[in-house]
Amino acid sequence: MEKQAKQETIALNGDEAVAFAVKQCDVDVVAAYPITPQTIIVEKFSEYVANGEVQTEFVCTESEHSAMTACLAASATGARTFTASASAGLALMHEMLFVTSGCRAPVVMAIANRALSAPLNIHGDQSDSMAERDSGWIHIYVENAQEAYDSIIQAFKIAEDVDVSLPIIVGLDGFTVSHTLENVDVLSEDAVKQFVGERQLPNVLTHEGKTVPFKLDPDNPMTMGPIAFQNYYFEFKRQQEEGMKNALKRIQEVNTEYAKVTGRSYGNGLIDAYKLEDAEIAVVCVGSTSGTLKVIVDELRQEGVKAGLLRLRTFRPLPVEELRKALSNSTAVAVMDKSMSFGGFGGAVFTEVRHALYDDKKHPFIVNYIYGLGGRDYSPRELRTIFEELTNIARTRHVESQIHYLGLRE
Amino acid sequence: MTTQEWRFTAKDIASKPDLFLSGHRACAGCGPASVLRLIMKATRGPTIVTEATGCMEVVSSIYPYTSWAVPWLHTAFENAAANASGIDAALKAMRKKGKVKQEHIDIIAIAGDGGTFDIGLQALSGAVERGHDFLFVLYDNEAYMNTGIQRSGGTPTGAATTTTPAGLVIPGKLEKKKPITEIMLAHDMEYVATASPYYWKDMLTKVRKGLEVNGPAFLHIFAPCPRGWRCEPSKAIEYSKLAVESCVFPIWEAVNGKRQLSTPSKLIALAPQKKKPVKDYLAGQGRFRHLFTPQNKHVLDEMQRLTDEHWERLLQKCEPSS
Repeated sequence: MEKQAKQETIALNGDEAVAFAVKQCDVDVVAAYPITPQTIIVEKFSEYVANGEVQTEFVCTESEHSAMTACLAASATGARTFTASASAGLALMHEMLFVTSGCRAPVVMAIANRALSAPLNIHGDQSDSMAERDSGWIHIYVENAQEAYDSIIQAFKIAEDVDVSLPIIVGLDGFTVSHTLENVDVLSEDAVKQFVGERQLPNVLTHEGKTVPFKLDPDNPMTMGPIAFQNYYFEFKRQQEEGMKNALKRIQEVNTEYAKVTGRSYGNGLIDAYKLEDAEIAVVCVGSTSGTLKVIVDELRQEGVKAGLLRLRTFRPLPVEELRKALSNSTAVAVMDKSMSFGGFGGAVFTEVRHALYDDKKHPFIVNYIYGLGGRDYSPRELRTIFEELTNIARTRHVESQIHYLGLRE
Repeated sequence: MTTQEWRFTAKDIASKPDLFLSGHRACAGCGPASVLRLIMKATRGPTIVTEATGCMEVVSSIYPYTSWAVPWLHTAFENAAANASGIDAALKAMRKKGKVKQEHIDIIAIAGDGGTFDIGLQALSGAVERGHDFLFVLYDNEAYMNTGIQRSGGTPTGAATTTTPAGLVIPGKLEKKKPITEIMLAHDMEYVATASPYYWKDMLTKVRKGLEVNGPAFLHIFAPCPRGWRCEPSKAIEYSKLAVESCVFPIWEAVNGKRQLSTPSKLIALAPQKKKPVKDYLAGQGRFRHLFTPQNKHVLDEMQRLTDEHWERLLQKCEPSS
């Protein structure tokens, strides 16, 4: 077994933890535009640039659209690239998110999750990145600053894997994680560089019939971002799906490899289960809420209630098999959504988790809790009512209402 | 910047291999396609080209074919300059780490009038302000030709397009053409120029000068579109000559803000009697056909007046030596 690397504990908020990880990953190009609650990431990184602590080219663009474009173009040129955004900024990037995944550019992006306008709101919810769930990006959501640091390092290794070659979003809850100071164990720069390694480029066949690394290189001219009609477009899209399938495997491997170096892992990298094996009732959540939910699960367990928690760490690719296995023994499950899918039947996470369990013959009763929109606080007492409702459903085997709003004035 | 005059001869051009290759799907007589083939002859070494969505992007990159013998990137419509920014940043960062072996790589961003005057202006302004090292080439065919001849900020007054049709009460586009080169000059750029493919040697020299600038450079090329202008396919280059002769599109260059007329326009400045009436340029173009009617005579007069006014203003802005 490999020896764990030496680590030191420093106080960082989630945004600073992201910037610190990017600094250690030997990133070539960071192109970004400031937006709350992500701003600390680019501010902190600008300090590293100004103090000569990194060799990175920092491009402070005039918009998020150009930030994503510049990252994509830099990535196409062969560079390791990073950006950060949130809310309206991510929405402005929307077009380029599809182009970036379609061009198979492994850009890493931190999203400090924030509400979308209108009304204008700078606080945390996950409406922004959930709206980008079909953009072809891998989505990983973290629980705390430590995981934000760890996941950024892992993200480069996952995205740049030649069999994956897809961009990746690392989502951290706005303010709850982005602005909260925590103790974070960090590796040395050398250890991170060794773990991440240099960017690998897939080999492709050029129009001249040569097999060369996939990048813009005057020695090996290549046409990137072409137009493809009815006769080829579909195959491009199918290949992206293959990249997603490969990511499902790669995320788990990287989670294991990282554990060997740091001693830290997050479930199997896809889902992080807590006291779920024998749980009769379970809650599924995405992001930082799992911290509070763990405390409630512990309390309930002491009271003799068989409660459990599943944190969906990887939302894209959706770990369907893992979700099915992990939740099939429960009688009642509540899925929590920090965003809305207007006119749909519940939030995005609910819809997908419920869909994942459809083929399981003895699937549990599943209800949805929409909560925390626009930074609305949710107390442990309120979260506890979810388990109470689940206990009720498990006992009566009857669901009164499938979609609930937590902490809302109706 | 070097003051050396480049001497691209017909022989030089013919003997240099094409970097924009035949087999593309441009329409017969396409002005922009001729422009691209020619400007790629002015490259000076390793070059990366990036293009905005538009006619030239679409006709040259139909998968699995390509007309590009250089590395080429297209990502979207509004962001050719942002592509150039990313490529420039990547080359700089990777060169520091010894990952780029070429001593220098030129970057050319190409966009049509839609991708420059309108949807691409923000990215262009940002990239120029940040000082990225690239040449932005605007091929101006004066409307959104790729999507079917809709008006752009580069469409001239009076032109009929599919979104400014010549109707019973509105005679084509009412608004003026956006002064894009003035906007770029206001960015305090080292090199801004206009060119016309009829004066190909002048155009190629300007491409080379733009590439030699250590920072952003902007070249506005007049590129007639027979399909969208409703004229004979054989007339594209002729119109690019008439536009200069009528002072509808004077050609000049500004080095560090000091503007000088290029020879064909300079000759008109020296001998104003050589200036052709705007009507000579408009005649034969279907997009202006409706103006040659008695009820629209006032529009024609207005176009002549606008052209004269712009020309006089330009003369005042040029260095006395020109």
